Amino acid sequence: MSSIQLWTLIFIFLSFAVYIGIAWRSRVKETAGFYVAGQGIPTVANGAAVAADWMSAASFISMAGLIAFLGYDGAIYLMGWTGGYVLLALLLAPYLRKWGKFTVPEFVGDRYSELVRTIAAGAAILISFTYVVGQMRGGGIVFSRFLNMPVAGGVAVAAAIIFTYAVLGGMKGITWTQVAQYTVLIVAYLIPAFAIAQTITGFPIPQVSFGSILAELNALSIEFGLSSYTEPFTERPRIDVFMVAMSLMIGTAGLPHVIIRFYTTKSVRGARYSAFWALFFIALLYTTAPAVGAFAKFNILEGVGGTEVTELPGWIDSWEATGLVSVAEGVETVESISNDPDEGADLTVDNDILVLANPEIAGLPAPVVGLVAAGGMAAAMSTAAGLLLVISSSASHDFYFRRIKKGHASESEKLLVGRLAMAGAVLIAVLGGINPPAFVAQVVAFAFGLGAASFFPTIVLGIFWKRCNAVGAAVGMSVGLAFTALYMIWSLYLSPGSTLLDISPEGIGTIGALVNFVVTIVVSKATTPPPAELMELIEDIRYPAKQRRVTPSEAAQRAKREGGDP
Amino acid sequence: MSDTDKPAEPDNGWRQEYWRRNLRLMITLLGIWFLVSFVCGILLVEQLNEIVIAGFPLGFWFAQQGSIYVFVVLILVYALRMDKLDEEFGVDERDEQGNRL
Repeated sequence: MSSIQLWTLIFIFLSFAVYIGIAWRSRVKETAGFYVAGQGIPTVANGAAVAADWMSAASFISMAGLIAFLGYDGAIYLMGWTGGYVLLALLLAPYLRKWGKFTVPEFVGDRYSELVRTIAAGAAILISFTYVVGQMRGGGIVFSRFLNMPVAGGVAVAAAIIFTYAVLGGMKGITWTQVAQYTVLIVAYLIPAFAIAQTITGFPIPQVSFGSILAELNALSIEFGLSSYTEPFTERPRIDVFMVAMSLMIGTAGLPHVIIRFYTTKSVRGARYSAFWALFFIALLYTTAPAVGAFAKFNILEGVGGTEVTELPGWIDSWEATGLVSVAEGVETVESISNDPDEGADLTVDNDILVLANPEIAGLPAPVVGLVAAGGMAAAMSTAAGLLLVISSSASHDFYFRRIKKGHASESEKLLVGRLAMAGAVLIAVLGGINPPAFVAQVVAFAFGLGAASFFPTIVLGIFWKRCNAVGAAVGMSVGLAFTALYMIWSLYLSPGSTLLDISPEGIGTIGALVNFVVTIVVSKATTPPPAELMELIEDIRYPAKQRRVTPSEAAQRAKREGGDP
Repeated sequence: MSDTDKPAEPDNGWRQEYWRRNLRLMITLLGIWFLVSFVCGILLVEQLNEIVIAGFPLGFWFAQQGSIYVFVVLILVYALRMDKLDEEFGVDERDEQGNRL
């Protein structure tokens, strides 16, 4: 066993022991603890948990590499996956927290109708499932790459750990474990990034120092037949960059596993600050990723480009075995580099390699490589656990209790069914992770568009427009979803490559959301308004406190009127 | 709205005022959100790229760094301003001891 493998084992074993320990300490006995952690999570901790939940194996392992090869256009992911939190914080989180139920389908069910609840619960399960399979797979791949273990075994080990803390502790166990997982993943991400910034530029803060290599990177990129790094719209036209960024943002704000986290805070105020801490913690990684991407590309182009194959740096040799780096046959000097194996470049580099090989490229010792592996595992497991909770709560809470038991169930029965649903969800996720259905990889990329076109407009209108009614929401959501899904199917399968106005299937969610907004408004206007009691309930979520206090200035006025001392 | 059908509720003036100020804050912040990401980072990126600061073409910087920093600040400003607004209108959440939740 190499020293890298040994350190990987040590770090993964240690981090797993911590997660299990946390789970045992936070095991729950009542349903509120299971579904919303008893609404007693401090805001900073909740923010860290949201960040870990949000940043998947793909954010941790693949994003920097993706940006390295996309250059400027990689900004769609950077802005798209952070900007949504502004929408979430200002438009959704505080109001949903005041409404105070367990799940997103529950909000739309109470606000609109049982039909809308069922559509929403189905959509939540579908979106979360396609997502979770990718996470299980990601966890398995980390195992197999670092420990030469079969992917299936890795998936099973990761699932067993998640199963333990999710079933024992529900939302409470998951939240506290995610706080630990965030710590592991951010440390594992930042250490190599700071080291590589120091090595290349002599200044350790990557966000600041990668500016100094951009001009040289542009020149090198052009030399090797790639587009200039900072040049915009080389991969996608401007309108598509706009549409994809917008679709990812409103999709983020509509994803059920993110929204559900804002129910776990103590108060409406706590929900606002949780959103701030969440984005703060996410931004630490998301502002580092483009720097890592730029540095790694610079390193490859400078260290590898134009070099004879026999003199390539050591990390290429050690990662060639994993299939993530490959030198084309018969090549003597590397003159072209690509991340796409079909292009037939002299050197093909997988997006995932950049973060994984970073410690080696920067000449860091073996323990750091082990830490990066533990970080990748943490990212995959924390996201998977959050998604599994959405699946189990939608299945048990929104389907079983609402539709089948009609709300008559004892506390212990609710808890048992929640745990059984979680166990079932983990089992399905393991099977999916070992044998991913072919459509999954593609669907994940489009989950955001579907979320943008369905949840976001329905929830925003439900909060801000009292006149919005159940018929409008049901029709708007269905039409928005159908429009978006049909465009995706048309552009991907029926007539591959065709687009309207250069809008790619990833960006169509923006139009789908607009369609949903317009249809909901028109249909609501044409049908009867919601009942007055419901309007009063919607009015009520605007004000954080249960009961309004008399403010000091009013008290002073009243005192004056009554002739007492001010 | 059907509010006009009902007899006016005497103490509801504060509700409208609170909501109006909440919306005004929200729209201002969302305006900045759109400006830094979609305008500076995408629509005007070529023009801003003419300006280079510390090696960063400015449009590129907004798209990959600046917009994210601004997003974080926007949420913090929103949370802080809403704290003040809630308190001014007496709708802040407090526990039995009167501490803010």
